Amino acid sequence: MIEVRNLCKSYGDYKAVIDVSFTAAKGQIVGFLGPNGAGKTTTIRMLSTFLPPTSGSATVAGFDIVAQSDEVRRRIGYLPENPPLYGEMTVEEYLRFVGDIKGVPRASLRSRISEVLERCFIVDVRRKLCQHLSRGYRQRVGLAQAIIHEPEVIILDEPTSGLDPRQIIEIRQLIKSLGRDHTVLLSTHILPEVSMVCNKVVIISRGRVVMESLLSELSRDKSLEQVFLESVSREEVVDAAACVNQGA
Amino acid sequence: MRNILAICKRELLSFFVSPIAYFVITGFTLLVGFFFFNYFSLFLRMYQMAPYLQMRGMPMPNLNQTIIEGVYQTMLVILVFLVPLLTMRIVAEDKRRGTFELLLTSPVSVSEIVLGKYLSLAVVIFVMLAITFIFPLLLIVYGTPEVPPILSGFVGVLLCTLGFASIGMAVSSFTENQIVAGVSSMVTLLLLYVIQAPAESLDGTAAAVFRYLSPVDQVQDFVRGVVTLKSTVYFLSMIVLGLFLSQRALDALRWR
Repeated sequence: MIEVRNLCKSYGDYKAVIDVSFTAAKGQIVGFLGPNGAGKTTTIRMLSTFLPPTSGSATVAGFDIVAQSDEVRRRIGYLPENPPLYGEMTVEEYLRFVGDIKGVPRASLRSRISEVLERCFIVDVRRKLCQHLSRGYRQRVGLAQAIIHEPEVIILDEPTSGLDPRQIIEIRQLIKSLGRDHTVLLSTHILPEVSMVCNKVVIISRGRVVMESLLSELSRDKSLEQVFLESVSREEVVDAAACVNQGA
Repeated sequence: MRNILAICKRELLSFFVSPIAYFVITGFTLLVGFFFFNYFSLFLRMYQMAPYLQMRGMPMPNLNQTIIEGVYQTMLVILVFLVPLLTMRIVAEDKRRGTFELLLTSPVSVSEIVLGKYLSLAVVIFVMLAITFIFPLLLIVYGTPEVPPILSGFVGVLLCTLGFASIGMAVSSFTENQIVAGVSSMVTLLLLYVIQAPAESLDGTAAAVFRYLSPVDQVQDFVRGVVTLKSTVYFLSMIVLGLFLSQRALDALRWR
């Protein structure tokens, strides 16, 4: 579903993403794990066709992210780090707008909206203005926006950041349930999140992929925590330790 | 087409849920009303002096020339300042709050985004100008002006405003700061408004070029009831240029 080959992105002299390669199969939930500033958001922005790669290539749902970006856009649901909400619209109006531009057929738009409202637990705020929502609700509306057109691939950038513990649990359950019929790529800097939600992990550090493994293969001999600390470079141990602690 | 309409509808919702549209439209109506009243008083004053003017062989006051021309030309000045207030947020705000990421990762082309947003501006502008048409309408109902120039003049002002909006949107596409967008488009439009000034000290082709570039002169043709191909082409090219620049600015954003 997602195939990334030697993806690079530089901003001038600064190399944000260096030679990143990994794959995500259909029905997998892939955790894209790394310390802050490791290049997670940049990679995700390239896969969602928001940024062009400097070099390398990637296919999402079988289409090239540069040459066939229109086809890719039709097939992905994307939740950026900050949910892209229009504050002056109500949740329902907003979802109708997103459904329109994502090409949800008019006839099924109404039923799709009520379905995602229920699925993301936002039925009770559907008539509220987006600008009046709390962080947790904004994140959930953002998630609803990403799945309204039933995309093959769902890309989530730090979907649980800034949420309270109860909301985190709800969102994680929601993501797990999405994994049944979609391919999900989610970035996070919280280590335990990966073992709780994902079935595959890709660890990225300083713009490079340092490890790619199925979680089932991993836990046999070592814990994810050990693997993570070993795989990120030594200078980043402090950062990495912070990731471990944050989840605990 | 569905995408264009969806984006246009969303923008209109923003205009009319937030107070921007109401404030700009109210302000515009108020100012135009004020100037209409002034030109009207001027006309009455001239009318009282009509016998004297006649004696001197001077032209008689005329509703179209005194009131309509005055009001339409003054409208342009007001619009130079008010249109940027409508256009400054149109793209810049999306960039700032990150909703641009949503638009650019949706199956929507940049041209659809540009056209959708422009269409919403066109609707707001049409409503704004249509409301002030009440003043010329008063003259038509209670007086005997020549009606065709009033209508063609309205079309001229409308076309000119659409051109201003197109330029304003292009400026807004280049920045994510609304204030920068607003000030830059105000400066651009003001420059365009006074662009015929160098023609005074030039002659030949150069002077003709500056004169042609002036929206004031182009609208004047419409106000006099002369709808020429030249003026129509002028306004349409202004609109197309703005849309083209917006499209380029947003395309560059996608591929940077």
